[in-house]
Amino acid sequence: MKELDINELERRFQEKIDKDIKIEPNDWMPDNYRQTLIRQISQHAHSEIVGMLPEGNWITRAPNLRRKAVLLAKVQDEAGHGLYLYSATETLGADREDTIDDLHSGKAKYSSIFNYPTLSWADMGAIGWLVDGAAIMNQVPLCRCSYGPYARAMVRVCKEESFHQRQGYEIMTTLANGTPEQKAMAQDALNRFWWPALMMFGPSDKDSKHTAQSMAWKIKRQTNDELRQQMVDITVPQAELIGLTVPDPDLKWNEERGHYDFGEINWDEFWNVVKGNGPCNKERVEARRKAKENGAWVREAANAYAAKQKMKKAS
Amino acid sequence: MDNALFEYLVRLGDDSLILGHRLSEWCGHGPILEEDIAMTNIALDLVGQTTSILKYAGEVEGKGRTEDDLAFLRYEREYRNTLLVEQPNGDFGVTMMRQFLFDAFRKPLFEQLVNSSDAQIAAIAAKSLKETKYHFKHSAEWVIRLGDGTEESHERVQNALNDLWRYTDEMFFTDEVDRDLESRGITFSMEDLKNTWQETVKSVLDQATLEIPTNGWQHDGGRKGLHSEHLGYILAELQYMQRAYPGMEW
Repeated sequence: MKELDINELERRFQEKIDKDIKIEPNDWMPDNYRQTLIRQISQHAHSEIVGMLPEGNWITRAPNLRRKAVLLAKVQDEAGHGLYLYSATETLGADREDTIDDLHSGKAKYSSIFNYPTLSWADMGAIGWLVDGAAIMNQVPLCRCSYGPYARAMVRVCKEESFHQRQGYEIMTTLANGTPEQKAMAQDALNRFWWPALMMFGPSDKDSKHTAQSMAWKIKRQTNDELRQQMVDITVPQAELIGLTVPDPDLKWNEERGHYDFGEINWDEFWNVVKGNGPCNKERVEARRKAKENGAWVREAANAYAAKQKMKKAS
Repeated sequence: MDNALFEYLVRLGDDSLILGHRLSEWCGHGPILEEDIAMTNIALDLVGQTTSILKYAGEVEGKGRTEDDLAFLRYEREYRNTLLVEQPNGDFGVTMMRQFLFDAFRKPLFEQLVNSSDAQIAAIAAKSLKETKYHFKHSAEWVIRLGDGTEESHERVQNALNDLWRYTDEMFFTDEVDRDLESRGITFSMEDLKNTWQETVKSVLDQATLEIPTNGWQHDGGRKGLHSEHLGYILAELQYMQRAYPGMEW
């Protein structure tokens, strides 16, 4: 293709973006736009799938039948999100199995929050409240993302995430209003998950290498730091309401800014976990790899059976 | 209190409780994402059944015990599930075979129970039957696929059948509890149920090119509270929170 043509295609593409017209799978798009989306959506899909593990860890130990059923339903929703996000990457020409292999080889990332262990029942509350809460904050703007299939998937995902967030906060409320042991359990979970939840918005704007381009393409609509501030502003009063203390001595309301000021994130910890040194990185990827390996014979059998059936029909 | 009815409900409810527990162990580890979702979904249905059955059992007992008291706070010898449902998950073939042998029993059982003279049981059966039809379709299709898939899958699932076969007769265990309820039209003939089960199992295993084991010995004990060593570990996990933090609201 002549260079002039590419320039013209790019001009038309950006014009669509600027007019908030959605880009669809068969539309022309710059290669970088496609690659950025594949990276982001598959990362999102992997996060849903790996995210099943820390919560799956408590299904068999849920304290009563109702909590067990709700937790099962929630983790099942996450698997469903993973499924339609993998489908969204396929509309961009990526192959689901290749994408999954990238996760297993360590090439593809997933949200670092899932590399922290779930040590008590209260962690189910903290994850729903804070982790799904942060996920909603990230994902609501994605409902207006320029890429159609991703934006539409996000509409459905956000509805379910909002139910997850409420059930998490409800667990925390019950514990915070319970016995001293239960309240201590809730506070301990908040202490452990607060900072990792704030890290979920990614590096600070000044260190984020993808933000500027993604904003121009309207894949991203708000910066990491804006979203993180929003999370703090919304969550702090929720903690106060149920009598829990946010573990940040620098946290205070700034009248002038109309926002909370909060302490500096431990970025060494953040990068360390991203690099694979979190408490559970090894276990999480190992569990996913094992699931795929142990399931290989099942998938082969299903394919072999389907092929036999096809032959029978043809003859 | 209607002792026989209570006993029957606990047997019915414990099968759902323990099998639901086993299936939920798969969550996050399934061989493909679609099956992860399917097994979690079946587990969820079984937890729902447990809730309604044990709730009714508590009402029949009349001592103020809730479905959670019954599910989480009995001792090992008081659980009444069959040995089949407490068997470990093994590989996906073992899990699907265990599920199929159980579903082939549960589906006709609920088909009978929708006509129970006990309105509550009839209502629970009607709701559970809808779910169990899907469970049966799902597990039977997998047994066929794995049986008639590759050489490896055939061997794995045939071994699973050979190992689990010894726990199948117990599903049709009959004692004075069953005779009493049958005489009142609350439950129906176990013999009819067994005939239906045998026909279904034979037809599916034929399609799966699998052979029904000929070894005769059959275990029982679960319906009387005599379990395998596996149940103790299931209960250690299941009851952990209720035992470590007694008497709290969650």
